[in-house]
Amino acid sequence: MSWKSGAAAGLRQGGLWVGFVLFMAIVAINAPAFLSPGNLLDVLRQVSITGTIALGVTFVVIAGRLDLSVGSGLTLLTIIIVDQHNHAGPAGAIALTLLAGLAIGAWNGLLVGFLRFNALIVTLAMLSVLQGLALWYSGGSNVSVSSPGWFAVFGRGTWLGIPVPVLLMLAGAALAAFLLRRTAFGRAVFAVGGNETAALFSGISPARTVFLAYLLSGFSTALGAIIMGSRVMGAQSTIGQGYELNVLAGIILGGTSLMGGAGSIWRTLWGVLMLGFIQNGLILMGFPFYAQWLVTWGVIIAAVWIDLAAKRGRMLA
Amino acid sequence: MNGTTVRRLAADHYVWMLLALVCVFFALLSPHFLTAFNIGNVLTQSAFIGLLAIGMTLVILNGEIDLSVGATLALSAALAIGLQNSGWPTSAAIAAGLLAGTALGFINGAVVVASGMHSFVVTLGALIGIRGLVFVYTKGNALLVEDFTYADLLEVHVGPVSLTAIIFLGMLAFFQWLLSASRHGREAYAVGDNPEAARDAGVKVGRHKIINFTISGFLAALCGILLSIRLGTAEPQAGRIWELWTIIAVVLGGTRLQGGVGSLWKTLGGVLVLAVLQNGLRLLNTPNHVELIVMGVILMIALGIDRLMTLLRARERTA
Repeated sequence: MSWKSGAAAGLRQGGLWVGFVLFMAIVAINAPAFLSPGNLLDVLRQVSITGTIALGVTFVVIAGRLDLSVGSGLTLLTIIIVDQHNHAGPAGAIALTLLAGLAIGAWNGLLVGFLRFNALIVTLAMLSVLQGLALWYSGGSNVSVSSPGWFAVFGRGTWLGIPVPVLLMLAGAALAAFLLRRTAFGRAVFAVGGNETAALFSGISPARTVFLAYLLSGFSTALGAIIMGSRVMGAQSTIGQGYELNVLAGIILGGTSLMGGAGSIWRTLWGVLMLGFIQNGLILMGFPFYAQWLVTWGVIIAAVWIDLAAKRGRMLA
Repeated sequence: MNGTTVRRLAADHYVWMLLALVCVFFALLSPHFLTAFNIGNVLTQSAFIGLLAIGMTLVILNGEIDLSVGATLALSAALAIGLQNSGWPTSAAIAAGLLAGTALGFINGAVVVASGMHSFVVTLGALIGIRGLVFVYTKGNALLVEDFTYADLLEVHVGPVSLTAIIFLGMLAFFQWLLSASRHGREAYAVGDNPEAARDAGVKVGRHKIINFTISGFLAALCGILLSIRLGTAEPQAGRIWELWTIIAVVLGGTRLQGGVGSLWKTLGGVLVLAVLQNGLRLLNTPNHVELIVMGVILMIALGIDRLMTLLRARERTA
């Protein structure tokens, strides 16, 4: 690594950090409650669903693909788990939801991985299909858990003072990071995203790798749905709307390139967390909820631009 | 004509066969489908996604994408209605709406070109941010036009064809002419096919892309204005996931997402397939969820056909 690229990486990290710390300081001065342990835990809890889903999607993005279907997937799976809790019981509902999530991932993976369809279009089509299935399953009405039992622990419980959904997200992240960094599959994901032809010639099956990445994405969406269902104890056909955008925004902000071949689980969590703090901070300072969308726009463009410019060794094009 | 020619023709024009297929299907199932009134209706309904699809085709021809069109149309609709409610003349309010969309398209293009970021990231950011602008302006409320004559602006028909549809078809014809007969059009294919080669051949790739993003923003704004006139209101959530339908229409029309291949006539085919499906399913009283599922499935089938045709063509070339 030359001093130049090292400096570039430092610039990016430094720039983002300075900006973020500055933002935190401004919020903390204007709203002292911001840095209270209670609020910090709240932010963590709020990002746990986005963060959990983003774990799986990170594999897909590093493999050079996209998954825009996770928002409607979350809607459908949350409706399934909430409704099935009344019929199959908590354990059965969880099993069914995980299976359904894997099935969604397998279908995406089949089309994108093995049949080599365009990932953007396949997952956009699935966004539509899964939203339709969610409306069909719920009949357009609200579903809710009639008698919550131990199922409540995933969304509402705490352990040693830390919300269980946060612990689930962190445990999932540790597992995902291990999978990505320490296994042959993880190396294959990077190889396929970096240079598919080269990966193929080194004996890696891009089709299988992409398929497994989508399987993980479907699985993590199901985990997100378990947390969501347990937290809300109800669902309707718009509950997961827009989550695909939040997940992607978090991944991009964390510095994972949408071109594939680079990225990490911790960066993704960091990006999702940053978005969570921005959102929370703006609301604590009294801005309306939509102010976060404008800030997200600016932060995404600025972060990725600085990253690219730094890689080229110059600040502005 | 030998088998190969027939197959190639079929491959190139399968969107028209798909259109004929859905038309025959709904004509058989619903007596109301093949009436002049309903056909006029389909054309009017297709105009909105159609306008977005013109701009999207140009952008995708360059190998880029514009995810922000749905949010842009909502902003233009809100400005057109909001500004005339606060005393602006109607024409000035419309002009401001068009200008805002055009400017946002320009900004998208300029950021893509200046930064070297992929347009997916840039316009994904814009999709989130421009929706924020809509909410800042409307404070999250639907705006209702105070001057009811505004809604009459488009109440002009030539036979069963509405002015809305005529504006759409006029724009389509103009931009198809631009594509097939102008330097900008030839360069669009060159840029999408191979940007490096196009640059070496003297094409100003950056400027070219900025122009297409600007056109996309302008057409999204036009769509928003027409929508606000038709409805008399501007919803803050108007156009949500319309970028999805637009991309579906363009891809159904055979435009390659990698760039370099596509035509607006075939995009029209894709737009009409979507509009006929939507109209036909509603004539048959199917619930909304069937529509969503059918659209998604049709798209995956279209992808399958496209993939198959590519494989066939590759085999012919090697045979």
